[in-house]
Order: sequence, then C-alpha cells, then structure tokens
Amino acid sequence: MSAHLKQDAPVTDNRLDDMKQGVLGTATSRVEGLLKVTGTAPYAAEYPIDGCAEGVLVTSTIAKGEVTAIDEDSVLSMPGVIAVIDHPSLTARPAQGTAGEAPAQPARKVGYFGQPVAVVVAESFEQARDAAKQLKVTYRADDDVAFDPEAVDAEAQDGATSQGDLAHAMKEASASVDVTYRTEGHSSAAMEPHAAIAQWDGDTLTVHASLQMLNYNISELADSLGLDEGKVRLIARYVGGGFGSKLGISEETVAASVAAMRLDRPVRVVMSRQQVLQCIMRRSETRQRFRLAAGADGKLTGFGHEARVSNLPGESFAEPVLQSSHFLYAGENRELSMEVARIHRMTAGSVRAPGEAVGMPALECAMDMLAEELALDPVELRLRNIPEKHPASGLPFSSHKLAECLQQGAEAFGWDSGPRTPRHTREGEWWIGTGMASAARVHNVGEAKARVTLKADGTALVETDMTDIGTGTYTILAQLVGEMLGLPIDDVLVELGDTRHPRGPGSGGSWGAASIGSAAYLACKALRETLAERAGMTETDLALRDGGVVGGASLEELLNGETLVEEGHYEPGDVTDDYTAAGYGAFFARVRVNRFTGETRMEHMLGAFGFGRVLNTRTARSQCIGGMTWSIGAALTEAMLFDPVDGHLANCDLAEYHVPVNRDVPDLDVLFVEERDGVASPIQAKGIGELGMCGGAGAIANAIYNACGARVLDFPMTPDRVLAAMPD
Amino acid sequence: MRPFDYQRADSRDHAGQLTAGEHAQAIAGGTNLLDLMKLQVETPQTLVDINRLGHREIEDRDDGGMWIGALATNTETAVHPRVRSDYPVLARAILAGATQQLRNRATTGGNLCQRTRCYYFTNIDQPCNKREPGSGCGAIEGIAKLHAVLGASSQCIATYPGDMAVAMSALDAQVEIAGADGGTRTVPVRDFHRLPGDTPWKDNVLEPGDLITGVTLPPPVKGRQLYRKVRERSSYAFALCSVAAIVAMDGDTIARADLAFGGLAHKPWHDPEVGQVLIGQKPGADLFNRAADVLLRDARGYGENDFKIPLARRTLAAVLAEATGVEL
Ligand SMILES: Cc1cc2nc3c(=O)[nH]c(=O)nc-3n(C[C@H](O)[C@H](O)[C@H](O)COP(=O)(O)OP(=O)(O)OC[C@H]3O[C@@H](n4cnc5c(N)ncnc54)[C@H](O)[C@@H]3O)c2cc1C
Ligand code: SF4
Repeated sequence: MSAHLKQDAPVTDNRLDDMKQGVLGTATSRVEGLLKVTGTAPYAAEYPIDGCAEGVLVTSTIAKGEVTAIDEDSVLSMPGVIAVIDHPSLTARPAQGTAGEAPAQPARKVGYFGQPVAVVVAESFEQARDAAKQLKVTYRADDDVAFDPEAVDAEAQDGATSQGDLAHAMKEASASVDVTYRTEGHSSAAMEPHAAIAQWDGDTLTVHASLQMLNYNISELADSLGLDEGKVRLIARYVGGGFGSKLGISEETVAASVAAMRLDRPVRVVMSRQQVLQCIMRRSETRQRFRLAAGADGKLTGFGHEARVSNLPGESFAEPVLQSSHFLYAGENRELSMEVARIHRMTAGSVRAPGEAVGMPALECAMDMLAEELALDPVELRLRNIPEKHPASGLPFSSHKLAECLQQGAEAFGWDSGPRTPRHTREGEWWIGTGMASAARVHNVGEAKARVTLKADGTALVETDMTDIGTGTYTILAQLVGEMLGLPIDDVLVELGDTRHPRGPGSGGSWGAASIGSAAYLACKALRETLAERAGMTETDLALRDGGVVGGASLEELLNGETLVEEGHYEPGDVTDDYTAAGYGAFFARVRVNRFTGETRMEHMLGAFGFGRVLNTRTARSQCIGGMTWSIGAALTEAMLFDPVDGHLANCDLAEYHVPVNRDVPDLDVLFVEERDGVASPIQAKGIGELGMCGGAGAIANAIYNACGARVLDFPMTPDRVLAAMPD
Repeated sequence: MRPFDYQRADSRDHAGQLTAGEHAQAIAGGTNLLDLMKLQVETPQTLVDINRLGHREIEDRDDGGMWIGALATNTETAVHPRVRSDYPVLARAILAGATQQLRNRATTGGNLCQRTRCYYFTNIDQPCNKREPGSGCGAIEGIAKLHAVLGASSQCIATYPGDMAVAMSALDAQVEIAGADGGTRTVPVRDFHRLPGDTPWKDNVLEPGDLITGVTLPPPVKGRQLYRKVRERSSYAFALCSVAAIVAMDGDTIARADLAFGGLAHKPWHDPEVGQVLIGQKPGADLFNRAADVLLRDARGYGENDFKIPLARRTLAAVLAEATGVEL
C-alpha cells in the first residue's frame, strides 16, 4: 500500500509533537557510528570482490583540444596490464547535480587540464598506476584557450531583477556603499576519494560507488552506457563526505562500468587525491559588486548585487551567488544580475552550499561597511531591513527567524552594540575584534519514497535508496519512525543506499532530511491508521510507546502474525509557489589578527539558527559546526590556485589546498531557535547543513576589520592580503 | 609509482654500497620519499631501508653539546628534556612543522633532505628544472606564492620547506656524513643546503652513497631562543616565512644575535651580516629595520611572492622585539 502526498498547502498539524516515544529531537548518537569508528562500515572501494581488476584514470596534459592517438602498445607489455580502455562512453566531466542524464562524452574531447581521457586496467593497482603514467597519448591542442574569468566576455544569465532606479537611490542616499569583492574557487575536499567497483554479469551491472543521489545517478550512469535503468543497480551504503562533488556521477564510476563490461570482470577505479581535486566539481571563483543605499533611518532604499562566475562551455550551472540576495533585505530599488565567463578550468558545480557560501559573506561585508557609514550597530542595521514579504515577488515568507537569531545570538555571544572603531583591543602582538553576519539559505525539497515495514514481531524496517553521506540520515530516520510507531530506535532497522529500494530524494542541497523524513512520516501515518483501526480507535487518539499502545495492546498483539508494509511518497507541490521558504540565522565571531604578520586566528564563533523542526540535536549541531568550520575555511584559507599558463590546478592535495585543521577551529557555539514550518515539509523541518556556511565567512571578515582596520576585499583573507590592506 | 627493489641495509658500509648505485635511494621515515614516489617525482629502482642502522640516539657530548642521530624521530628530538631546556629553538621549530603523526615517523636525516613543495616540482606533467633538468621552470611564470625571494636563480626559485634545519642553522649545528668510501666528514648545516644556481636538481651537498649519520649541536649558549613561523593556517602548513633566533642581551644592548630564516630561499638563510648590525646596539624599531635592510638587500619577488619581502621584515621585527623585550 502506499501513502502519497503532493504538498499543495502548508501542513501545520505538527503531528510529530503529539507522539509519545520521545526519541525524535533528542541528542541520539549516530546508529552506524560504531561501524564507522571501528572501520567495519564498508565504503565504495572496500568491498572484497573476487577477481577484481584495478583501473587507473589517465588524465590530459592539455586544457583544450582532442586526443588524436592513444598508443596502447606503449603499456600493454608492462607486467600485469590487462587493457587500455578508450571508449566513446567514457565521460569527460562529472554530471551536474540532479542532471539525470549522461554528462559530456566522449572523453577524447578535452575541455580542461587533468581531464580523464582513458583508463588503464591491470591486475594490481600499482601496475595500473604506473602504466597510466607511462601511456603515450597524443593530442591536438587548441591555442587561444581562455583561463582567466576576468579576461573574457561573459554571458548574461536569465533571472535578473531590475526594479526602480538604483542609480538614483545611490545618489539620494544618506549612506551608500559601492564595493566589489572577489572569492576564489573552492574544492569540496571530501575525505573519501571518488571510487567505484563495477561488476557486469552479462546482463546487469552492479556498481558500488561513492555517490550522493542514487535516484539521479542511476539514470546518469544508464544513459552514459546506453543501458536500460532496469539493468543497473547502484549501491552506496556509506559515503565519506560528498559536499556536492558526488551529486552527479563522475568519471571513475563510468570508467569502472565500461571497463567491467568490456573485460567481463569486476573493475575498481579509485581517483587519486590529485585527480579528485583536478577532475571533480569546483566552486567557481566569483566577482561580486554591491551597491547599497540607505536613508538616515538605516533603511535600505537601494540594493544591487551583480556577479560574475565561470564555467566550462556547455555547462548550465552558474554558482548562484544571488540566491539569498533576492529576498534577504528590503530596498525598493533593486538590480540583481549574473554573468558567466566561459573558461577552461574543470567543471564548476555544486560545492558546499552553492551560491550563498560565497554570496552571503560578501554581501554581509558590504552590509558591515554600510553600518559603518551609518554609524549604526550592524545587528541593528539587519533588524531594520528585514522585509515583510519577498521584496521582488511579494510572496509571503513561510517562517522567518532572522530577527530572533540576531537578537538571541547577540545576547548569547555578548555582542557589544556600542560604537565600533577598529583596533579597540590589543593583546601583545594581536588585535582583537568582533564581527557578525546574517545567515540565509533557500529551503529545497525533493520527491521521495520510503518503504516502512512493520514486522509481526513489532520491529520496523525502513528502506529507501536515500544516502547517508555522514550527515545522520540513518539515525534521524530511525528516530522518526520510532517516534511515529512507538518503538525504541534499536527496533528500527534502516537500509539505505541501494537502488533496489524505493527512490529517495538523494542527499544534496540540505534537502535530504526534510524530504525523506516526510516520505517515512507518510508511510508511518498510514501504518498508524491500520493499527488504530485494529485497536478500535482513531489515528489521532492512538498513543504508541515502547512497542505498544499506551496502556493497551502490544504491537505484536495488534499485528497478530501479520506484516504491514506501506510506501510513503512525498512530492513537493504548489505550496512552493505560494511562499518563500528559507532557513535563517546569525553568526558572531571574535578573531585575533597579528599586527606584524597579518595572520588571523579564530577566538570564538557562535551561530544561531532557525531551520524548522530539529530532528536530532546532536546531528543538527554537528551539521552547524561543520558549516561553521567551512566558513572558517572560506574566510581564511581555502583557495584553488590555477596556473595562468596552462590552466592546471596547482595545489591539488590536502597539504596545499588548505581546509581548516583542528587548531584553526575554536570552540563553536550553536543556538537553535526552534520553529515549525509547515510550508517547508509535512514534518515541519527545513534544510540545515549548508546554512552554517551561508554568511559565516562574512562575520569573520568583519571581525578582521574590527580587529585591525584591514578591509580586505578578497576571500580567503590570507596573511599577505591582510597585510596589504592593513593601515600602518 | 614505479616498481622498485627493496633492500634493508644492516651496516653503514652495506648502506653505503647499496645507495652508491645510480638509481638507489635511502628511505628513513618515508614521509617525503613515498609521497614523491607515488607521484613519480622520485623513481628509485632500489630503496635502501636504513632504519636498522641505529643512529637513533640523542646524547650529550663531552663538550656540553649534543648529538642527534640521523634516525631519531622528530618527536623524540622535540620532546627530549635537554633539547627542550638547552635548545628550545630546535624543539619549537620541529613542533611547528607537519603534524604529530608525521613527526612520529620523520627523522633527522630525512627532514634535512626533504624536498621542495613547489607545485611544479611535484607534478610530473609540468616543466621543472629541478626534477627534469632543462625542462624549464613552471613557477617563474606561474604560481609562485611559496617561492624564494633570496638567492634564487633564473633556473629555479624553489624554497627549502623545512623548519628543523632553520633552527639548526641558527644554532650552527654540524651535519655528520658517512661517505660511500667509508670516510666521514662534517658539514655545517649552514653549508649543507645549496643555492639552485645552474644545478637546481642538487638540493644539498650529499653525493651518491653518502649517508647522514647525525647532527651535532654545539654547547648551548645564553640568550632567548625563539622560532616564529608565519603560515596560512595555524598547523599543517609550510612556512611563508620563518625566523629562528637566539638573542642575548648585555644590559641594554644586544650581545648575541644568531638568526636564520625559512621560507625565503632554497636553503635556511643565514646571513652573518644581519647579526652584526644588531650586536652592540640598543634594540628598537630603527635598528630592526636596518637589520632587515641588510637581510633583504638583494631580495627579489616574482609577483605572487612579493609579499614575502615586507613579511620577512615585519616578522624579523616581531621576533627581535619579543627576544629583546622592547615594545614596538
Ligand atoms: C603533509 C606534510 C606536511 C609537512 N609539513 C612540514 C612542515 O611544516 N615543516 C617541515 O619541516 N616539514 C614538514 N613536512 C616534511 C617532513 O618533515 C618530512 O617529510 C620528514 O622530515 C622527512 O623525514 P623522513 O624520515 O620521513 O624522510 P624520508 O621520506 O624517508 O626521506 C626523505 C629524503 O631524505 C633522504 N634521507 C633520509 N634519511 C637519510 C640519511 N640518513 N642520509 C641521507 N639521506 C637520507 C631520503 O633518501 C629521501 O630522499 C611535512 C610533510 C608532509 C607530508
Ligand atoms: S622553482 Fe625550481 S622546483 Fe619549482 S618549477 Fe622551477 S625549477 Fe622546478
């Protein structure tokens, strides 16, 4: 049986609050945690498969052109080498998130330096790696290849907003800011490299892979190979982080599959760390101009945000840096526009909070400058500019906790709302300062199905092809189903990451928990109807706890030897057209900046967030501190460095691509501002993970300014940049 | 990685014979060599494991100095009570490098011989005169943020990336080397690394078959010992610029100033004239600036690393201020 809901209206009954088990919303540890820390949770490359050959990708040494010849003989006689696979099905780029179709093919057509062009298969990994480096590949290289996003003409993007007369508003303003920020490219830098093992039994293909969205990935892979989806099975039970880079299939999954089909034997392909950085999605660098105009009352009269990002020719994705700018602040005169420069760096796509992760920090720096112009507390400036409704479309907000986050965050942090003059505090060599920023992230949901089986023994099984990429999906589903059916979580088994199960939404865009949680909720609700009938009461009166009706029959008795199965099917509906839904928050940061060396060190950071129902306080907090840690990276350390001559990525390992290390991360405080948002999802939950990164780097940048007076206009704010901007 | 033979040396002579071969290389902790082999930057045909040779001792010397065996791990050296009390600049420099896990494996000899982190050196699809003589230098026109502002050549602008050797240079430590011929010789750390000149592939003075057996630290001297490392993140990053300093005061004038710099050149940079500017003078901003003028008199940036020149000046001032107790 199935329970379907297309959400055309808000769901405000908040049914989960009526449940009696008391497991949802608690600080439950990850149910698979023990497996992970003991090394017994298998990741994609770790399945022991008999007779598995090893494939290593061969990558291009030009940025644009074509492979004209591959000299297989140059390696076929090397020990252990089985084959050089150079097949038209091999893919040249990763698939964009939710593409659902094959990415660019064939791999022979080169669009960026380091692109996979072939795969060498050998008996051992070491043999394949050696042969892949020895393989002689001849190219026809195009000259005149563009690498610099600022040196080419750019294409305007659809969806620009032009309202009123911004130039006039700027002229008339009591205070205004016109400033341009730049941010560098980011790599998702997930711990687990991209990896796949493919097995072909002559009819069907089974692939263990490291992927975020199996529901789309299965179509992408089938399309790449020209296979029917019914002949493909994808398995991704555990994923060591994705951060956007595993939304779509990438080259290793297709390469392993092609090789397995051609050689009729299982093949494993694991990217090296260098390949991960060179071949998978990057976050585009950005250039963003802000024009903010305000009256003496501190109310915005004009709001301009114009951005330039880049991508390869033919890619539809454009780092959506304006996403929150459309609705976050008031201002009747508005100009928002984006353009895309076509250059030959690796594919730009979704990386950790695409858009807001770099758009919000820059905006929040511009707001800090405006507050300074107005001599107004920056918290107060934000409070005065929270719009009543979407400033362009006029749609109502589904719920909006920005003011509460700003106020409660400021209070908890001990924010000083008095005058702010840089260099107010010095300890030895260090200037100490504070900064703040708003957080905002659009809320998304995706279609989702989950099957919940209530077995005769009174335990439950949840099945969906949804993935858990380290975020806690296993755990929150066990909690949610336990809550609905009155079961301790040990009595709920969750099976994820297998396309044999009903289609989930996939993990991405922070939409997983709200979407798959809603599907599981619908299934449980249907199960509760049946149980209520058997217990002789209405579903609303049915109180379940610890495996039975409170004060009544046990589930086992009600089931009477039967097994009940329900498939919950959640579909986003018209409600998304009627409201603007987003998560909100506020960041507060204290930093120290060395007045000699320009080094910045974090002292403290606090984030206050309102994102609907909190399903698990521990995993939600972990999502927030993860996002805040990425904020530190975006503010201080992370930058992809591209060679100006041939366009290759220079810093392609984790020693040189600097994500924050433990010592860079101070104590992070997280404050939840509880709310229920019935527009967001039937379980009143919104996205969490990415919100923690949407603006945080701005709070840090503003704190750098407040500490030492350096208004750095480029992210990340490395010592050289801070020194260059530091007044004497 | 290329296929290679693995041999374990059981004596110093045996190791010398094995490593004298053209395509043989010693392996100690392996934290640098194995990474480079995986990238096919280093392609030894024979790996000679020297971990059973001993040379792990850290001992007092009769003259009051110390001996640090070539195979003592960086952690063992950094936590040694006498190193900590008498040579704190060395302990601090080691602890400012890499991570705990790496320092547990890394050895004295391997640390001295670690190779540059130049992005073009570690990528065999790029030109690099150090890796492939005559292929050109990718960094000069490319990403040169890590690169040298002192003593570079038109062939190579790489830096020596390490921290430990910078402290050893300030301490004027001596490297003991056993040659393939059975003899031993002693080379000051200050002369151990080379400038790139026209032979950038030669990082240091070792010849095939040479093995470092250890490092001698001279008897401890009076003064404050500081190591300051400026980097992009607070741990697990190489120095943009570092300063090792041993500074002693005599009343209100500087009596001793042994200084060495990391992150600026193809070797730990020691310039005796910098110390001479300082000795006998009263510490202060002007004096520190004059010392920096001498240090940086021939400095040259390559665009991306221009910032290192003012950074070196400022870092030197910060260290000297801390060492002499003046407020700047
Ligand atoms: C990610 C990362 C970050 C790092 N960060 C820093 C840092 O911040 N600061 C820093 O100083 N270092 C840093 N290091 C480098 C680290 O200190 C070196 O890798 C280590 O010291 C090398 O020692 P090893 O014993 O492992 O050498 P190996 O890798 O075994 O050998 C390195 C080289 O030395 C030669 N060699 C070894 N022993 C001898 C000997 N006795 N005689 C002659 N030749 C010998 C080998 O043949 C080889 O060429 C970092 C390393 C990594 C991987
Ligand atoms: S700087 Fe030296 S190591 Fe780097 S590319 Fe040039 S020659 Fe090679």
